Formats: sequence, structure tokens, C-alpha cells
Amino acid sequence: MRNIFIEELILAAKKNKKIVLIVNDLGYSVVEKFAKMFPNQFYNAGVAEQNMMGIASGMALEGNHVFVYSIGNFPTFRCAEQIRNDVDYHNLPVTIVNVGAGVSYGSLGYTHHSLQDYGLMRLFPNMIIASPGDDMEVRACMKYIVKNSQPSYLRLAKTKNKILHKKIPNVKPGKWLPISTKHTQSKKIFLTTGNIASLAKDLLIRAKYNKFSLYSLPIWGMKFKNIQLNQLKKWDEVLVLEDHLEDGGFGSWIKESTNNQKIKTKIISKSIDKKIISKVGSEQYLLDKYYLKFFGK
Amino acid sequence: MNTLQNKIIKSIKTHILQLSHKAKSSHIGGCLSIVEILVVLFNSVLRKTSVKRKFKDTFILSKGHACLALYCILFEKGILSKKTLLSYGENNTLLMSHVSHHVPGIKFSTGSLGHGLPVAIGSALSAKKDKSNRKVFVLISDGELNEGTTWEALMFAAHHKLNNLCVIIDYNKLQSLTFVSETIKIEPLIKKISSFGCEVKNINGHNILQLKKALKLKNKNKPRVIIANTIKGKGVSFMENNIAWHYKSPNARELKKALKEVNNA
Repeated sequence: MRNIFIEELILAAKKNKKIVLIVNDLGYSVVEKFAKMFPNQFYNAGVAEQNMMGIASGMALEGNHVFVYSIGNFPTFRCAEQIRNDVDYHNLPVTIVNVGAGVSYGSLGYTHHSLQDYGLMRLFPNMIIASPGDDMEVRACMKYIVKNSQPSYLRLAKTKNKILHKKIPNVKPGKWLPISTKHTQSKKIFLTTGNIASLAKDLLIRAKYNKFSLYSLPIWGMKFKNIQLNQLKKWDEVLVLEDHLEDGGFGSWIKESTNNQKIKTKIISKSIDKKIISKVGSEQYLLDKYYLKFFGK
Repeated sequence: MNTLQNKIIKSIKTHILQLSHKAKSSHIGGCLSIVEILVVLFNSVLRKTSVKRKFKDTFILSKGHACLALYCILFEKGILSKKTLLSYGENNTLLMSHVSHHVPGIKFSTGSLGHGLPVAIGSALSAKKDKSNRKVFVLISDGELNEGTTWEALMFAAHHKLNNLCVIIDYNKLQSLTFVSETIKIEPLIKKISSFGCEVKNINGHNILQLKKALKLKNKNKPRVIIANTIKGKGVSFMENNIAWHYKSPNARELKKALKEVNNA
């Protein structure tokens, strides 16, 4: 996903000198091509994330669309107040790019896991959360973000994902995107956001879920909560999947969107077990042990 | 000091005192310490564009709690109406008690310390990138020297040779609870900032001529940092150097006394 992101960013920067990339001394083997092609649009802020986010805001204030690229908690929690006061409050075109979705950096441990980031980004009224499920969704999200400059959060997986779409889908904020719709008569679906869509696709093979359809929601956030209810109402059961803790996560967001109105749809969210904290291993190992157990055999 | 400038300074201080009294608002000491700095910036330094209420150069007030002083100079410059200025402290006023970008003439909101300087650097960096001769001025408090972002930012500005950036430190030597020297030792300040790669000017922050000279940016490859030595509560004897006036607003008796002192200065 990282390389697809950079490809799309290069495409955008070729057309627009106001596209800027800032890193916090991270991005080895990913950002070099951009830096070489656009030396005046690339900055390394050093290991200083609060300053980096402030600088990004200042550049955005002068009409640039700034992409801030980093891992997990560094461009999010470390500089949360800069995102709140400088980026979101001023409604500035800063895109925060996190390349460590969920437990992408499994063996690097808890400091590098993104398990609470939705919870933070959901709090900002102007922020859109772009959490693509495959490379095609990355392209679609990037095209949307570049065209609609605003405070945004792009959450990417580190490893290569399954291809879920044959071509670049047309994404609309808040609107669910069909991935697998073979059994719509069953009225039961998986709803995912981000990286976890691949895993949901695998679950469809299991007998328990083989009548389920699969939808993803690649772009969401506070602004689009009020358009979830009508989409939920169409189904008997919506199983919401996320590689994030339950509290403040995507599942909570979907549940909140019903605003306690009585609907017949059964909404169940499956989030990562909090016992994952302090555990290490590959992404697959961690998901097997702390997530897939919720789905039975 | 020329008569017109003196008149503006007195008018701003009068409004600060009256509005603090009316709104029962805090931070009067830190407003009075920056009046001369703002007057020189807005009268002699910041270049205007042809668009009304727009400046070519960028100014960011990082010590957002001193917003009342900024609102007052914007009124003097005809950017804010009298009606708007007098709404300070009222419910639903545009003029919140930390500087707001919703107010005409103000580019960036601050209130949490340590934010303005990195943003100013982003603005200066953007000017360099776009080959613009726009300059960026940012006014920070001495309390902000406690913030890590201030030092992260200075290193970055020096590394990128941002000679279009001017950082003004309102060095009034009083913070929120006590003196700077008793909070976190920051001296030797000139040496410290110079060692970070910035050009330092150490001046009297109430002296118009010294301010005018220091605010002329000439260095070819270094950002400028002006240590403006000021007095918190400047111009009102019982407010000067007194921590209480970081919080207190003057009562009717104190207001009368303060106005008399300011106008007889």
C-alpha cells in the first residue's frame, strides 16, 4: 500500500506544485523517488513530530496540500494537539499518512501498533478518515483526497494486500462499497474498513459466513455518521470488522450512528482483543491469536 | 517617540484596561508588555496588499492569551470595528479570549503554547519554496521557551536558513505562577539561541527605535530572534512585575488609577 500511495502522490505532484511531502526521518525505500523528483516539495522534519505537524499546518495555511508521512502513533498521538488546534480547527489541507495500520508492525511491539488511532481521528469534526482495504482503494482514496483538499487521515497497511477490486472503485465519503455481493438475499453482511477487508474476504469461505456479502467503507469520519442509518437498515445483520480496539473504533462509530433509534438490523462489532497489548509476533500471528478466535472455526 | 505613535500606544493601553475591566478577563500584564512591539509591527513593518484587511507579510501571535492587545491594534488600523472591539467579553462575541482566526486580520488561532512558532516556520518555508519575498513574524512568550516545540522549531528554522523568519520573544520575565528564573532556568538565553544557529538581537522591547531596527531582516542565511526585554504590566505601576496581573482584572478603582497613569505617561 505504501508504494501505491507514493505512486499516486507522484502523479498528483506532477500536476500541482502545491503538493508537499514531510516525513519525520522515516520512509526508507518509499519516499526517495518523490524526494528526488520534487526536491522543493519534500522536507525531512527530523524526529520531531509536534514541530512537523505545526510546520505542515503553516505550509497548508499558505495554500499547500501537505502530506505528513510516518508510522502509527508518531503522526497521530504524539502530535494530537497540533492536529486538533492547528490542522482540524483551521480546516487545513493536511493529510496524515500512517503506514502502520492495526498490527502491521507486529513484531515491533505496542509502541508501533495502531490500535487506538481511529478513536483519536474520530474526535475531529473536519477530519476525514481514509482507510483503504486494498491497493485499488488506496488509489481511489488518494484521488479523492487530492481532489478534495481538507484535513484527512490515510491509514495504510505495511504489507501487500489481497486485491479486492478489479479496477479503481468510485469512493464517496460515508458510502459503503460492495466487494462481494453474491448472496445479497441472505441480508447478512460484513462491513469493514481498511486493511481488515482481506481477512473478511477469507472468512467468506467458511461455512458459517458463506452466505454473507462483504462491504467496505474506505472513507468515513464524524461528518458522515448521519448517513449510516439508512445503509444499515437495508440488512438483517451487519457484522462490523476492524483491526482496532473496540473503544472509540469503527464498530463503535457504526453503533453510535443509529443514535439509539430502534432498527431491526442486528449490529455486531468484532474488534481486536485488548489482550494483544504487549504481545508481539507477525501480523498474521497476532490476528490469528487475538482476532480470528472471535469467528470460530 | 512621535506624537502619533504615542497616541496610538495610549489608546491601545486604554482599551486594554477598559475592556479587561468590563470583561473581567485575565492576562492584562502580558498584553501591556507587547503594545510597543505590535505598534511597530503594524505601523512600520508588515507590508499590506492591495486587498483590504490583508497583509503581504505574515504575523502570528503565539502567546494567544495576549489577544486583547492584538484586537486593539487591529481596531486602530481600521480592520476591526469599534462595535466588534467593544463586544470583547460578551456572550457570542467574535473576540474570544485567545486569539482567533475568525477575527478579520488574524491568520492563525493560538492559545496552547508552543504552537505558533512551528506554524510560522511552515509559512516561511512555503514562501521560500514559492520564491516569494514574504516575511513571517511570530511573537512568542518567554514561558513558551519551556516548550520542546520551540527548540525543535528553532533547529529546523536554522537548518533551513529561514532568513525570512523573525521570532520575537516577549521576555517580560514573569510566567504563570512566578518569575521565569524561578520556573525553569532559561539563561544564558542569547548564547543558547545563537548556538541553535539563529541571529539574535537583544533589545529593549518598549523602545520604538530599537524595535524598528531589530525588525529589519537583513541576514542572508539565518532566522532572526529578537529578545525583546519587556516589563509585564508596562505603564501601570501597580501592575508592573506583579504576577497577580497575569490573572486579575482591574476593579473600578484600579481602572481609574491605571488609566490616569497611562494617559499621563
